[in-house]
Amino acid sequence: MAAEIENLKAMGVKIVNNVIVGKSITIDELFEEGYEAVFIGSGAGLPQFLHIPGENLMGVYSANELLTRTNLMKAYREDYDTPIKKFNKVAVVGAGNVAMDAARVAKRLGASEVHVVYRRGKNEMPARQEEVEHAEAEGIEFNMLNNPCAILGDESGHVIGLQCVRQELGAPDERGRRSPVPVEGSTWTLECDTVIIAIGTSPNPLIRSTTPGLTTTRKGGIDADDMAHTEKVAVFAGGDAVTGSATVIMAMGAGKNAAYWIDEYIRRVNGEPKAEE
Amino acid sequence: MYKVVTKRFLNDAKTICLFEIEAPYIARHARAGQFVIFRLDEQGERVPVSVAGYDREKGTVTVMVQAAGRTTKMLHTVEQGDYISDIAGPLGKATEMEGLKKVCVVGGGVGCAIAYPIAKEMHERGIEVTFIAGFRSADIVILKDELREVSDKLIICTDDGSYGKKGFTTVFLKQEIESNIIWSRPQFDRVIAIGPDIMMKFLADVTRPYGISTIISLDPIMVDGTGMCGCCRVIVGGETKFACVDGPDFDAHQVDFDSLIKRAAFYKEEQDEAAKHICHMTGGKRNG
Repeated sequence: MAAEIENLKAMGVKIVNNVIVGKSITIDELFEEGYEAVFIGSGAGLPQFLHIPGENLMGVYSANELLTRTNLMKAYREDYDTPIKKFNKVAVVGAGNVAMDAARVAKRLGASEVHVVYRRGKNEMPARQEEVEHAEAEGIEFNMLNNPCAILGDESGHVIGLQCVRQELGAPDERGRRSPVPVEGSTWTLECDTVIIAIGTSPNPLIRSTTPGLTTTRKGGIDADDMAHTEKVAVFAGGDAVTGSATVIMAMGAGKNAAYWIDEYIRRVNGEPKAEE
Repeated sequence: MYKVVTKRFLNDAKTICLFEIEAPYIARHARAGQFVIFRLDEQGERVPVSVAGYDREKGTVTVMVQAAGRTTKMLHTVEQGDYISDIAGPLGKATEMEGLKKVCVVGGGVGCAIAYPIAKEMHERGIEVTFIAGFRSADIVILKDELREVSDKLIICTDDGSYGKKGFTTVFLKQEIESNIIWSRPQFDRVIAIGPDIMMKFLADVTRPYGISTIISLDPIMVDGTGMCGCCRVIVGGETKFACVDGPDFDAHQVDFDSLIKRAAFYKEEQDEAAKHICHMTGGKRNG
């Protein structure tokens, strides 16, 4: 990663830190400064929550928060100031790649037990098979077919458990995915001191709310066509900001695709010949 | 790196300090009610602080910071001419003041530093401002002259009566509301309250029976401050909101104060512990 960034810099890419596009500067202002095209790759945004009781208890994190504190702010290191609570028994809700990541990070931070709780079955998990295998190898436990219905806390407001209802798989829906159906009278509590919610994100509102002309999908992702072009002239977009949470691999592909079309666009505007394949 | 061009303590007890920092991007767009996030150095935590002022021409932003935890104590040792590694913003939404005519602004302690630019902008827009500034005692009073300049009426009170009137802001807010009722209608079209969570909770209780729209500025624990981590979530009107992108201003009558207050204390142990270990040899600076 660091080597790749250095490589970009060597190629002449200028990286400007501490600029929050949409707040520190708008996209229209970038054009005023003379930029001919803008690519938005602002990634995934606000974490989604379950909207069940107890979600604001102390000890409930979004996966984003856990991973920001540890990976970006290096909370696990003594010489860094950002704190992270020590935890013992952790429940991770969700079964995507981020959930696997969060579960493994929690385990490495010293949790004695980490449970992945998912309302569907193992075959329905959205995480890549490889990620699931790595998680299993690290001792993560899988509580499949359990739907969290409440997070329980003690008097001081700290998490003491995750209440779940067991599920069974019903008939396949129109997309062929079998929907979970609650088993009556099967409510139980998984004891834990920490709950990590990893059920996806919704796109960050900062850019779309400050850029007239940009249109968004119903879910809030930026509209972009196959050529990564948005509804706003000379503005391109790709990655999670467009598709919602996906993999790094897909986002890298989107970046490459956009780079090609931005090049095409600038050549066209300046009356230059097309790039050779 | 961002240069501190002015540093000045705002009270005798030196609990709150003003920093004017070179940050052209922030200066260009900052408005009252928004905040910035700073980081002292690579190992530092990201700390949100409200915008207390800005100079668009000079390209500077001003913050007023109370020494509370490790990072803010370390910031207080940064001198004029020194640099901090990061400052980003402006973040959050600016305070809404469209269409207001008569407003009561209430600040508690360092909350006055956040309320001040709001009162100033309102004053400049011709909104009538009554400002109630509450402090624990005389030695921590800040911005006396500045507040007088931007208020049509200013009440400064201290808990122990060592400066201004003796008593809590809640008492004086109620008095002001009561003495501004015409034909049984309160004349304030808004109350803006900024201070400790518990103070804002009680101020909300004061205005509720009068039905006066009341806005408070929240500062829950944040990590990234840009709508990524979800740490700053608060329950407002039964819904989960994020102070960093949906706020920091919220309707005081809709905020769930109990969970807000509990969550604010989640890292208290770690904070207290970390604040004990600031190197006194170097005055808190990590690399001497």
